Amino acid sequence: MSDIAAEGPIPGDAQPHQGLRGGPSYLTAEHGLAAWFLTTDHKRIALLYAAALTVFFFIGGAGAVAIRMELFTPQADLLSADGYNRMFTLHGTVMVWFFLVPSIPNTFGNFLLPLMIGARDLAFPRLNLFSWYLFVGAGALLVYALVAGGVDTGWTFYTPFSTAYSQSYVMAAALAVVLVGFSSIATGVNFIATVHMLRAPGMTWFRLPLLVWALYGTSLVIVLATPVLTLVLLLIVAERAFGLPIFDPAYGGDPLLFQHLFWFYSHPAVYIMILPAFGVVSELVTCFSRRQVFGYTFMVYAILWIAVVGFLVWGHHMFVSGQSLFANIVFSFLSFIIAVPSAIKVFNWTFTLYRGQITFDAPMLYALGFIGLFTLGGLTGLFLASVPIDVHVTDTYFVVAHFHFIMVGGTVSAFYGGLHFWWPKITGRMYPDVWARFAAVLMFFGFCFTFFPQFIMGFLGMPRRYQVYPPEFQIWHVLSSSGAVLLAGAYLLPMGYLAWSLIWGERAEEDPWKATGLEWRTSSPPPRDNFRTMPAVDTGPYLYHPDEEGPRHDRPQAHQNQGRET
Amino acid sequence: MSDGQEALREPWDSLRRQREAASFGTWLFLGSEALLFGGLMMAFTVNRVLHGDAFAAAGHETNVVYGTVNTLVLLSSSLTMAIGAEAARAELRKPTLIGLSLTILFALTFLVIKGFEWRDDFREGLFPGPGFKLQEPATEIFFAFYWVMTGLHGLHVTAGIAVITWFTWQAWNGKRALRSPAFEAAALYWHLVDIVWVFLYPLLYLGGRA
Repeated sequence: MSDIAAEGPIPGDAQPHQGLRGGPSYLTAEHGLAAWFLTTDHKRIALLYAAALTVFFFIGGAGAVAIRMELFTPQADLLSADGYNRMFTLHGTVMVWFFLVPSIPNTFGNFLLPLMIGARDLAFPRLNLFSWYLFVGAGALLVYALVAGGVDTGWTFYTPFSTAYSQSYVMAAALAVVLVGFSSIATGVNFIATVHMLRAPGMTWFRLPLLVWALYGTSLVIVLATPVLTLVLLLIVAERAFGLPIFDPAYGGDPLLFQHLFWFYSHPAVYIMILPAFGVVSELVTCFSRRQVFGYTFMVYAILWIAVVGFLVWGHHMFVSGQSLFANIVFSFLSFIIAVPSAIKVFNWTFTLYRGQITFDAPMLYALGFIGLFTLGGLTGLFLASVPIDVHVTDTYFVVAHFHFIMVGGTVSAFYGGLHFWWPKITGRMYPDVWARFAAVLMFFGFCFTFFPQFIMGFLGMPRRYQVYPPEFQIWHVLSSSGAVLLAGAYLLPMGYLAWSLIWGERAEEDPWKATGLEWRTSSPPPRDNFRTMPAVDTGPYLYHPDEEGPRHDRPQAHQNQGRET
Repeated sequence: MSDGQEALREPWDSLRRQREAASFGTWLFLGSEALLFGGLMMAFTVNRVLHGDAFAAAGHETNVVYGTVNTLVLLSSSLTMAIGAEAARAELRKPTLIGLSLTILFALTFLVIKGFEWRDDFREGLFPGPGFKLQEPATEIFFAFYWVMTGLHGLHVTAGIAVITWFTWQAWNGKRALRSPAFEAAALYWHLVDIVWVFLYPLLYLGGRA
């Protein structure tokens, strides 16, 4: 087993210069605007996506700020009722489709997928660039809809409100979401084809890192679910623009059919948002506990199980919409079934920690925070999957808290954890670790202060999507809004010190975390073609201690790199 | 036989692998398209179950002559497309260009016939809204689906024409090597457009005439 890559200088290389191993880094290989905006390098496209996503994170965040400020008091202070509707619609639409769905796949996925499987690029590099332009075009259209006057339907576009009554810019917003869906599908097709066709020699399916598996599962869901969203939004546009009465009850049309089609996409979309986070957290937990991931094959099966069964649970969004009792019971049962693989993953992360040599670097703090918050979010999902409780808490803050625990406590924590983990690889710089740990802890507490009160007031009956509420809920809203200030600080702080590190940060080594993956077997930042020579693989991932042997406790142990140079 | 290097693109090492990937990627995209039209047909079917009589009455109003002729035209275009793509793979320049050009011609014919049909439908008052020809309200839902389905399919035909014309032009002036996997990918897409029509034809034209 060769360990050349981790040993530093290549024999015969008199002056090993990190940035020049395998050529200049992807950041400096070409210059000029065209070299960025017409690039087909997956790493540069990942950065383009990161820039665009940051813009949308701020736009969606502004919506959240407006909501939380308005809810500080029981009366309407800042916004009209209509203005409030437009704000939560802005927040939901932007955050779901323009931040969470593309967040981890299009940044870390784009950057890391080829590196982790030992490929030079994605299977279709020009399609990758095209998907970014689609994304930006869709974003521009959405911004137009928001600037022109906004949308007031909520991110779910329910009929008949969205088709017959809403006076806002529903069509522009719906078409923007259709376009961003095409961008998602292009990325999904690209990832699946890449994993199938471009794995390095010896990188068999069950040697793939779990992030690759997670992105693969996510891509399957994207490719098969997104077109149904496209369709249902096109039907809305047809009804609004041309007066075609597809869902119009006046003609015998069925608004419930809209909800079925919408949630056929939008429930799998929850897994589109959380599966990549599972992948990121698996990488972090195993690295910072210096321990092979517990139950690798079960982790893989859990991902695929979630991807498949995720298509069969959409009806639990419609327990009170007039769906038959029989359908409710079936969907309730299936929703319990899909909790099993999620629980497998949580237990396996926990067992990975067991007897590991845990260090609390910033990425690990984010990952541990993720496990706690995701567990709470997942367990409250079981509350909502049982019909009687769901009837009680439908459309209350309990639901809002539940899905924010999954998507924000889960996915956004994992996103920040991944950002800290791969930042040295992406930029070639180290960030100040103390600040990073502080931000990670702050994010956990800020998040809990913001969203835990929402469980309580939701269970007490506070409905979602109202800006005026009875005074007895004010204490919970004040807690929540105050927590949101902390949370906002925790989101902004890393932007500050990460930007700082770009100029003043220490230069990163090739493998600062002593991790096993192929992405650490190249310089930081990697050259245009990713590797000096194309790697070959003889082992599975995560050999932080010898296979067939428990981890040691008396001294730190050497890890075995997954790949070697050919 | 050329060695095909001019058709090879990053990040591939061999043209065979690149061809497999192009075909595989296209199949994935077709899977996505299948769910797009599948969802639409599912929505149609739900309404057909809810409003059986109205859908039968409305289906009787579609123009079966135009529909049938168009089915034949589109099936023929799939044949010429298959010939063009196979010829490209075998690097036979002339049959490639003829096959692709005939495909474009058939596709345009399809759209022209469809245009006449839409005009007639419009004149007959078969567009939902005030002055609609039929009394039963749910017949308007049938025609809402009729316009959406044929419209969405028409968009796919138009996209296909654009892509095939572009590749044909490139093949004609030598800018795209005949061994490029793009021809096969375009053919796969075109066959999907054809197959979707094979489903739409009985749903829209034959349902009311059984």
